[in-house]
Amino acid sequence: MAADLGTDMPDTADMADTAHGTSPGLDPRLGASEHTATSAAEDLVDSPVFTVSGAGDWDDLVDEATSLHEERIVVNMGPQHPSTHGVLRLILELDGETVTEARAGIGYLHTGIEKNMEFRTWVQGVTFCTRMDYLTPMFQETAYCLAIESLLGITDDIPERASVIRVLMMELTRISSHLVCIGTGGMEMGATTVMTIGFRERERVFQIIEMITGLRMNNAYIRPGGVAQDLPPGAIDKIRELVPEIRKGIRELELLVNENPIVKGRMVGVGHLDLAGCMALGITGPVLRSAGLPHDLRKAAPYCGYETYDFDVITRDTADSYGRLRIRLDEMYQSLRIVTQCTDRLEASAGDPVMVADKKIAWPAQLAIGSDGMGNSLDHIRTIMGTSMEDLIHHFKLVTEGFRVPPGQVYAAVESAKGELGCHLVSDGGTRPYRAHFRDPSFNNLQATSIMCEGGQVADVIVAVASIDPVMGGVDR
Amino acid sequence: MSTDDLAQAQETGAAGGRTVELGMPVVVGARHGMFGATSGQDTTGYGGLVVPIAMPGASERPYGGWFDACIDALEAGLDGAGTAYADAVEKVVVDRGELTVFVVREHLPVVAQVLRDDPALRFELCLGVSGVHYPGETDRELHAAYHFMSITHGSKRIRVEVVCPDADPHIPSIVATYPATTWHERETWDMFGIIFDGHPALTRILMPDDWPGHPQRKDYPLGGIPVEYKGATVPPADERRAFN
Repeated sequence: MAADLGTDMPDTADMADTAHGTSPGLDPRLGASEHTATSAAEDLVDSPVFTVSGAGDWDDLVDEATSLHEERIVVNMGPQHPSTHGVLRLILELDGETVTEARAGIGYLHTGIEKNMEFRTWVQGVTFCTRMDYLTPMFQETAYCLAIESLLGITDDIPERASVIRVLMMELTRISSHLVCIGTGGMEMGATTVMTIGFRERERVFQIIEMITGLRMNNAYIRPGGVAQDLPPGAIDKIRELVPEIRKGIRELELLVNENPIVKGRMVGVGHLDLAGCMALGITGPVLRSAGLPHDLRKAAPYCGYETYDFDVITRDTADSYGRLRIRLDEMYQSLRIVTQCTDRLEASAGDPVMVADKKIAWPAQLAIGSDGMGNSLDHIRTIMGTSMEDLIHHFKLVTEGFRVPPGQVYAAVESAKGELGCHLVSDGGTRPYRAHFRDPSFNNLQATSIMCEGGQVADVIVAVASIDPVMGGVDR
Repeated sequence: MSTDDLAQAQETGAAGGRTVELGMPVVVGARHGMFGATSGQDTTGYGGLVVPIAMPGASERPYGGWFDACIDALEAGLDGAGTAYADAVEKVVVDRGELTVFVVREHLPVVAQVLRDDPALRFELCLGVSGVHYPGETDRELHAAYHFMSITHGSKRIRVEVVCPDADPHIPSIVATYPATTWHERETWDMFGIIFDGHPALTRILMPDDWPGHPQRKDYPLGGIPVEYKGATVPPADERRAFN
C-alpha cells in the first residue's frame, strides 16, 4: 500500500503504524504486507515477545510456582475445549486431582442480540431471539411472542390451533434438546454410542420440525399472533410415523445408560445440589426437579393451554447428575405423550386459522417457498397486485413499518428444556421493542458450577457442568 | 431523544414522573411526526405532531385479585422490619395483569428480605435483574426491574422496579438475600452501568474486562458496517430509515 500511493500520502507510515497498533493479534512472523513487516520489525526492538512456546515471563512464573512446593495448580479449562459445551471457560484451582475452587467465565459468545432487537420491528425480533439458545429455538420464540401478545392485550385471541402447534413444536424441541444434552454428556464421559444414538433420534425430531417450519433450527416459526404457517399436508402422518421410532430410540438410550455401571459410577452423587441450594441460586428446570421439587411452569403457571394436556412432572430426590439424566429421559416420554395429544387435536381442527384475526397484527399471507427459494405466495400476490389496493397498502405497511405496541412492560415465562425462560419486554408505543431482555435458564443455572464442582475431582467437573446443560448461545446472548 | 424534544416535552408538561399522581401516566419522552422520519422528508402533513410516550402510571386500590393481599402483607412485613411502607414503596403499578412495586433504592435490601422471608409473601425465587434506560426521564434514567416468583403461593409473580439517576447510578445489591442475582447484577452493571453497592465482585460478565461504555444504554450506538450486495449498499441497522 505504502509503495503504491507514494509521495501523495505523507502520513502513510503513520497509518501503517496505527494499523499495526490496533491489531494486537497480528503475528509479525507471518509478514503479510510490506508495511506491516517493517513496522513490526521496529516494534520488535524494544518490546517483549510472547509466543506459544513461552519465551516471555512464563519461565519466571513456573520457577516461582515450583519454589513454593505446593501442589496447587490453576487450570484454565476452555474457552476452547471439546467438553465444555461451546465456549465456556472454567477456571479451576486444583489440589492434586481435587477441585478446591471453580469459577465459570462467560461472554465469549456474546452477540448483542438484545441490543439488536431494539433496532428491528417486533416481528423481526423473532428471527433474533430464536438464535439465542440454539438448541431450544421454539422456547425463545414462544416466550417472546407471549410477551408481545400480553403487551398487545391479545392473549385470549390467539387461535386454538396456533397454541396447539406451539405446544407441539415446543415439546419436539424439548425432546431434541434433551437428546443433545444426554448425547453430548455421554460423549464427554467417553460413551460415543450414547452420542450417536442421541443425534440419530434428534435427526428424526428435526425431520418433523423441518417439514413444518422449513428449517431444522433458527426457525423463526412462531410469530406474534400465532405461527407463520399452518402444518403442511402430510405432517400429521409424518409425526405419527416418527413418534414410535423416536420412542424406540429413547428406549434404546435408556437401556444403554440407565443401569450402566460406568454411567452410574461417573454420575451418581456427582454435581450434588440440594433444594436449598437450588432456591438460593434461582435454579429451575431438571436441576431443580432432581432435588425433588415438582416445579414446572407448564403445570404451575400454564400458558398455551398446557393445563388441558395430560402429562406428569418428573422428579427425583437424588439431587445429582444421575437423577438429572433420568429426569431428562423420562421427560422425553412425557413430551411424546403431549405430542400425541397435539396430533389428535390438530387433526380435529384442520383448516382452522393459525394467526390472530386482527389484520393490523397478523402477517398477511401464508407464504410458500417460491422457485427462488424465498418466501412467497402467488395467490397473495395476485390478490394484492391485481384486485385490492387496500390489501397492497396493508401488506406494505405491515412488512416495512410493522405494528405498534402500546407502552408498558411485561414478563412472560415458559418452561424451556433447561428451566424457566423469561422474556422481559418494554414497549414505548413504537414499532420496535424499547427493551427486550431474556432471562435464559442456562445463564442463571451456570452460577451453580462452583457449588457443584468444588470438593470434587476434575473429571467430575465435566459431568456436573453437562448436567446443568448450558448452551452458551443462550448464556451469552 | 434529543434535548430539544425534552425541552418541548417539559414545556407541555409532558416530562416528569418525579411526583407520583395516581392514575397519571409517566411520560418518558415524546414521539414526533407521523412515522418518525428524521431527515426532513415527512410529507404526510403530520410532521409537527408530538405524541408523549406515556408509561402506565400508579394504580389505585383496589388493585384486584391477590395484589391487594400481597401489598397488605408487604406493608405489614415492612412494619415488622422497622421500615415505613410509605418510605420504602414509591408507587404500585398494576398493568396487564402484572404487579409492579416501585421501591426507593435505599430500602431495596429490606424489601427483598421481607419478600423472601415473610410467610405471607415467600417469594423464594429471584429471576434476575433487567435494566432499562430511559434517557428522557430526568433524574430517573436508569431502571432495574427485579422479577420474583413465589412457588409456595402458587407461582405468583411480582416485579420490583428501582430507579436511579444517571449522575448517581447506585443501587444496593440484594445478593446477600438472593444469591441468584450475582450474575444478573453483573450483567446489568455491564450493560447499563448501574453500580450495585455491596455486590461481592461487580465485574463485567459478557463484555471484555477492559470494554469502554455500557452497550445497552440508549446513548450507546449499535454500530455495524454497511452490507454490499449486487451493487446496492444497505446501511447498518441503526442508520436505516426507521419508523417510530
